[in-house]
Amino acid sequence: MMLPGLLKRIDRKFLPLIVTILMFVVAFAAASLKYKGFGTPQVFYNMLIDNSFIIISAVGVTFVLISGYVDLSMGAMIAFISMVSAALTEKLGWSPLTTIPFVLLLGMVMGAGMGYMVTYYKVPPFIATLAGMFLARGACFVISTEAININNPFYRSVALYQIPMPGHAFISINVVIMVVMVLLGIYLGHYTRFGRNVYAVGGNEQSALLMGLPVNRTKMLVYTFNGFCSAVAGVVYSFYMLSGYGLNANGFELDIISSVVIGGTLLTGGVGYVVGTVFGVLIQGIIQNIITFDGSLNSWWTRIVVGLLTLFFIVMQRALSSIKTSSPAVNETPPANRSAEST
Amino acid sequence: MLKVGVAWRKISANGIIYSTLALLALLAFNIFASPGFFNLEMKEGHLYGSLIDILRNGAPLMVLAVGMTLVIATGGIDLSVGPVIAISAAVATSMIGKNMGASNLPLPLVILGALAVASLCGFWNGILVSRIGIAPIVATLILYVAGRGIAQMITDGQIVRVFYDPYYFIGGGYLLIPFSLFVVAGVYLAAWLFTRRTAFGMFLESVGVNPNAARFSGISEKNIKLVAYTISGLCAGVAGILISSNLKSADGNNAGLWYELDAILSVALGGTPLTGGRFSLPGSFLGALIIQTLTTTIYSVGVPPQVVMLVKAIVVILVSLLQSNNFRQSIAARFPSRKGAAR
Amino acid sequence: MSESRSILETRAISKTFPGVNALSGVNFTLNAGEIHAVMGENGAGKSTLIKVLTGAEQPDSGEMLLAGKRIQPKSPHHAQELGISTVYQEVNLCPNLSVAENMFIGRETIKFGFINAKASVIRAREILQRMNISIDVTRQLDSYSVSIQQMVAIARAISVSQAQVLILDEPTSSLDRIEVQKLFEVMRQLKAHGQGIIFITHFIDQVYEISDRITVLHHGELVGTYTTADLSRISLVTKMIGKELTDLENLSKAKEAIQRDPAEQPFMQVEQLGRKGSIQPFNLDIYKGEVLGFAGLLGSGRSEAASLLFGIDSPDSGSIRIDQKEVKHLSPLKAILHGISLCPENRKTDGIFQELTVRENIIVGLQSSLGWFKFIPLKQQYEIAEKYIKLLRISTPSPDQLIRNLSGGNQQKVILARWLATDPRLLILDEPTRGIDIGTKTEIQKMLLDLVEEDKAVVFISSELEEVVRCSSRVMVLRDQQKVGELAGKHVNEAEIMQTIAGGAEYA
Repeated sequence: MMLPGLLKRIDRKFLPLIVTILMFVVAFAAASLKYKGFGTPQVFYNMLIDNSFIIISAVGVTFVLISGYVDLSMGAMIAFISMVSAALTEKLGWSPLTTIPFVLLLGMVMGAGMGYMVTYYKVPPFIATLAGMFLARGACFVISTEAININNPFYRSVALYQIPMPGHAFISINVVIMVVMVLLGIYLGHYTRFGRNVYAVGGNEQSALLMGLPVNRTKMLVYTFNGFCSAVAGVVYSFYMLSGYGLNANGFELDIISSVVIGGTLLTGGVGYVVGTVFGVLIQGIIQNIITFDGSLNSWWTRIVVGLLTLFFIVMQRALSSIKTSSPAVNETPPANRSAEST
Repeated sequence: MLKVGVAWRKISANGIIYSTLALLALLAFNIFASPGFFNLEMKEGHLYGSLIDILRNGAPLMVLAVGMTLVIATGGIDLSVGPVIAISAAVATSMIGKNMGASNLPLPLVILGALAVASLCGFWNGILVSRIGIAPIVATLILYVAGRGIAQMITDGQIVRVFYDPYYFIGGGYLLIPFSLFVVAGVYLAAWLFTRRTAFGMFLESVGVNPNAARFSGISEKNIKLVAYTISGLCAGVAGILISSNLKSADGNNAGLWYELDAILSVALGGTPLTGGRFSLPGSFLGALIIQTLTTTIYSVGVPPQVVMLVKAIVVILVSLLQSNNFRQSIAARFPSRKGAAR
Repeated sequence: MSESRSILETRAISKTFPGVNALSGVNFTLNAGEIHAVMGENGAGKSTLIKVLTGAEQPDSGEMLLAGKRIQPKSPHHAQELGISTVYQEVNLCPNLSVAENMFIGRETIKFGFINAKASVIRAREILQRMNISIDVTRQLDSYSVSIQQMVAIARAISVSQAQVLILDEPTSSLDRIEVQKLFEVMRQLKAHGQGIIFITHFIDQVYEISDRITVLHHGELVGTYTTADLSRISLVTKMIGKELTDLENLSKAKEAIQRDPAEQPFMQVEQLGRKGSIQPFNLDIYKGEVLGFAGLLGSGRSEAASLLFGIDSPDSGSIRIDQKEVKHLSPLKAILHGISLCPENRKTDGIFQELTVRENIIVGLQSSLGWFKFIPLKQQYEIAEKYIKLLRISTPSPDQLIRNLSGGNQQKVILARWLATDPRLLILDEPTRGIDIGTKTEIQKMLLDLVEEDKAVVFISSELEEVVRCSSRVMVLRDQQKVGELAGKHVNEAEIMQTIAGGAEYA
């Protein structure tokens, strides 16, 4: 009796988000009980350390998906940016001070380029970003077909630096960058006009246009921001791997998209939260961790479980939206009552 | 003169002319770049040569392009063909087993089994798209994420090697020319019969061109889409058999990697609009041929093979821009003004 | 004087589209504090006038004055900034944002780089309260009914630029009675505050309930502006259709009623067939060998009734009998198999397959009735196509021409051919003569009569009353999504149909 009452008060759009967070908490608690040593702070922090570049990239993709579009270039972009970073510092001897701003700018330019094709030439988004993906991967191999190790002292010290945390644990600088990017994502999404416009475009692009919102500019900014996030993820990835290689981060784009979906972002656009995305990535992280801790489970279960989770969330979104359209009477009742009471 | 103009417009309108020119240009390039490119030799009753290699290596892609063409004609997309290739390969090789020179099960049963599982994968995609109403890119994303996990589960995480010559013959054997080319011919013949000698092709195009009008004409959009996705799965199954028999092994992680993108590109190069509608199977065949020729050319010139992706990226960008009305208009708008300035 | 202060005025506005005089020299005045209805049938120029007022189209000549100042709105957004806001039938807001967010998106107050969400909520509440609407403005827009959404849209429209002119374009089409009353309350409130409202609707009853004045357009010309209280319904209808009643009585010639064998059973029989929001339950018998006309103004439910008969829309009440047997869950394919065909009203979106050839466009209906595997051999396809190209005199260089290269009239003939090829027993034609030349029109009308000779049933829908009268032996009359009468024999004439349309005031 209590649950339906509670559910009624919660806006239905938050439901996938709540399910995701609950799922993460339950999975973490259950795994802590089952596996010895799982419930320590360091296991949790490791999950953040290992997934920081995924989360950063997923923040950008969250915006793309909320606006109702899609981007498939992230994995290739991460590989490309780390490859360029490696080549610039190792082969050309650039200082990190010039390398990092340069690659961030490069990421933004590539994002904007894809955005331009989508926005002004109406190229289907997955085709335009597919081209971006091929371009980035191909460019990696033009730079070098071999992996390039990064020996630059700055990169090495950033990679190895441990920030102590309570409970005899530590995090890496990558986690700090990730937290900053998540906060930036939350700020942009919920506290700026740009964020509102992204939601509006995803909700109904035609209406947004008629309401006088800068629809094209918003789309360009979304892709540029995603290019920026991919670039930051690429920089973080080069801290993490200390090398660049053209086959790195292969297939990550769809993993990232499925994390964002698991995090409660609607693939049809208009609904989504950066916080949910963080948990969406962490759920994938926890599945991997459980499989590692268990030892008897095979690694392929990660993919199958992630696929099933993605399916579960997509079908749940579908069901929620069809409830909305098929029985409008259900939705009308509360506001009608309310207005009757107050007048 | 007028007639020539009309004919020209007709040819250039469906884009095949550009593709043919591209193929001819590639072949012409090879005359100079790699002497002996057009040489054909008879050895032990087999035909050998670069051209034969192109056809043989391109066989899986050519088969794949058939299914992708039908899916794209409905206005959809199938991202899952790569993993379905892996699944089909896994099923076939595990049914054969690791026995030296023998198979656990009769070969026809093996083939049937692999194709049935692959078709089931396609059917699953079709159900998600046509019955549950999930956007194609999302629906097929699920199998994309889970598919390689399923393939690894079937092979127990191993790369399965088979030592059974009749199976090897399918993808690697010769009957004067590579046997796989007979498979390709069979698939194209069957597809042609099914689309042009039943009403399926016409219905498919109707749904792709104008779903509303199709509904008013009594055509079931749902069933058309369901069949298109199932065929795409079936084609991926055939491709999986070709690939695994040629390699004499199945690798759940790498079989069919990046094939989905090549298949989409083949269809686009073949003049089928990515937004759906009129499709051309010969065009898609041509598209697959171009991609394979491109790959072989780059190999033979001695450029790192991975750079192929960079070239593909440029091709994708060109094709998608040529298909974009907005792009053509913006070019057209610039053209006369330049002419005027020149005068 | 203050009561008839004009806030918006157009002087001799003209607009031509290729081949059409969409508006010619239209003068129109909107006063402050009035609700002004604009009425007209298809092609009257109603929507062009609105487009000009909202800046979606630029007039060729003439001028517009807003509060005495010349204006030239360049886009809907620009018009809004000038003070002319529009709310459309389709609510143009974002369903995924909250009410307050929708009202203030694009002009939120920013504090220290953060959006001040509270300020929006408070102001949204204030504005809605002034309209007598108390709702939770932090809830998502799509958790409210369409009527509330529409009022939010109105609230946004009037608050964006302190709009002086509010255009409501078919706001009541998807509302039920209670919701309409609520909307009218809001409109009256705005009117009392001195707002000028242009109200566009096809519901005659609503016009009489809420409007102060009515402007009627016909074929792009101004027929006149009238005080609602002084204009009788029948004269409104005649003015919209562009005839005077006195002319009509002379014109209408007595028709012989078809003598039908009392034992003859109808081909199709519907009872209490209806669908919420499109047509109220109606009864109808359709016999072979007759042309049954559907007459009514735009939006009266003509096409909606046809959609139910063909199974395009599924009814939520009533039953359908074909050949005395009940048919459940009618779908287009089922209808085709029962010998029913529908030529849809909207040729471009529902009729033609742009990228397919004339032959394919003709054959597709017959083929879908045969199924996937009984493929019509190419040779036979060409024979069928050639036959109808000749029969209907379709002007095309070859059956392999893409249909998009044909003129509108020829496209229409191809669609007709598609359905004739299925050899239907009942052919439903929804506006088959719209936008095509006179010659083709006459051909199509003649073809109808030929079909009846072959003992087929035809349902004929047209907004041109004259055409309906000329072709039909029986007419179902509709008004405001409701069947209001059936006329047969000598009663099938324009005068009686119009009287039936004008009818009484059943509406609250």
